Amino acid sequence: MRAAAGFLAGLVFGLGLLLSGMANPAKVLNFLDVAGAWDPSLAFVMGGATVTAFVGYRLAWRRARPILMPSFDLPTRRDIDRPLLAGAALFGIGWGIGGFCPGPAWTALPMVAPGTLVFLPAMLAGIWLGRRAKAAPLMQGA
Amino acid sequence: MLPIVPTDFTPWASLAGGILIGLSAVMVMAALGRIAGILGITAGAATGPDRDWRIAFVGGLLAAPLLWALVTGGFPAQVVGGNLPWMAVSGLLVGIGTSLGSGCTSGHGVCGLARLSGRSLAAVVTFMAFAALTVFVLRHSGGV
Repeated sequence: MRAAAGFLAGLVFGLGLLLSGMANPAKVLNFLDVAGAWDPSLAFVMGGATVTAFVGYRLAWRRARPILMPSFDLPTRRDIDRPLLAGAALFGIGWGIGGFCPGPAWTALPMVAPGTLVFLPAMLAGIWLGRRAKAAPLMQGA
Repeated sequence: MLPIVPTDFTPWASLAGGILIGLSAVMVMAALGRIAGILGITAGAATGPDRDWRIAFVGGLLAAPLLWALVTGGFPAQVVGGNLPWMAVSGLLVGIGTSLGSGCTSGHGVCGLARLSGRSLAAVVTFMAFAALTVFVLRHSGGV
């Protein structure tokens, strides 16, 4: 049941990425190009997704526990530390170069563009490296 | 690094797609009690507990364009950068950055903002600013 719920949620997420234009790097880069070929469409994606999640989360949290798990498991940290900001900055630079973030990279994979086939393994390697970097002394403390 | 390809302003399709993404996040919260952050799901699919639903979620992401093609007869419009060394650099930075920053566009952007997380807001402002700055430098400052 958990796998079925996961698959269905992933499918809906992927269809949302395709319909919204998020899975098209050209559109993402034009959204980020405020000074040039600006395409504000993706503000509607973020707005629609966030407002839907904001309302839906509050309905979901009315239950004592999720339907298929013993308890909710939400992030608890509140501090704005160095890895958070350094990581977000690096992610932003990478996103601005290629126009892919993790979800769209997965969903674009079956469309087998050469750029996607290079991007996705590099991203997976980066995730592994990032996990190691997070434990490095430089990244400890605020 | 991608030549500038004009795209149409698509507020309705983008809003509808955004609502689907939000619904997916709500499904994950209601059914599984977790954040639908793709970075966390990707990393958690490789290791850790609850791998089953995370692997299935990635399977759903991969199935989406196939279902799309089955229904409409083709894949949606998409232009991906063809400069492969740059795409490798881009992928590496996205991976390292989201992993170090504990979230991506969905985890911090959609789910974090919906939870009114200050940490996520700081991350979103940072990655949006750096992404826009990067596009500006690559497109408007004579290029790299």
